[in-house]
Amino acid sequence: MVTRTVVGAHYGLRGWLAQRISAVVMAIYTIVLVVALAATRPAEYATWKALFGHGLMRLATLLFIVSVLLHAWVGMRDILMDYIKPAGLRLALHVAVILLLVGYAGWAAQILWRT
Amino acid sequence: MPDASLKKKRPLWYNLNLLDLPLPGLVSILHRISGAALFFGLLWFLFLLDMSLASEEGYARFARYVSQPLVKLALAVLLWAYLHHFCAGIRYLFLDIDKGVDLATARATSGLVLAVSLALTVILGWGLLW
Repeated sequence: MVTRTVVGAHYGLRGWLAQRISAVVMAIYTIVLVVALAATRPAEYATWKALFGHGLMRLATLLFIVSVLLHAWVGMRDILMDYIKPAGLRLALHVAVILLLVGYAGWAAQILWRT
Repeated sequence: MPDASLKKKRPLWYNLNLLDLPLPGLVSILHRISGAALFFGLLWFLFLLDMSLASEEGYARFARYVSQPLVKLALAVLLWAYLHHFCAGIRYLFLDIDKGVDLATARATSGLVLAVSLALTVILGWGLLW
């Protein structure tokens, strides 16, 4: 076993770790959502609205969407680094991904707090 | 002196047939493809959530919209993408802590990921979409 000392700015490690932690948060939320759907079986507007109107569910969904933001940023950044070579185009696409993800999170918060 | 131009003459041969990959490789590229699909699918998903939670009429429109066969098919594909990404992701978390890294186990668990995510798609798809 080779022991390597991590050197540098550590932002690579930080992104890697953020992706794992957000993955665990999203996995737990997925199981909670499936159980909640199976237990309440919302088939009309009132029960569907009540499910996402519940304070805990709203908070859990917000944590989920923030996790998506972090997780998808690292994933899309990696994909773009692998396939897009021209630096200018890659930067533009990185910015587009960030804007889209922040937009997603803002939209989700709006949907949840309007409910 | 090594001749730099020699490098250019080396043949490139990409095999882009995913089914020729060993199982862990197939799980890996599907993890990437499903992740990218989910990144774009989320836009559509938020659109659906917005419509369904907006009002009584919004919910009725949502219910009509998702009852269309093509919409159901697209949702089933995205459900598979989510479940594959979920199962493969759990496998990667175990690989990260050095569990299941030997070849036989890695092959077995990648087969398991493919099978479980397909089975869950059928079960959850049945429950949610039909």
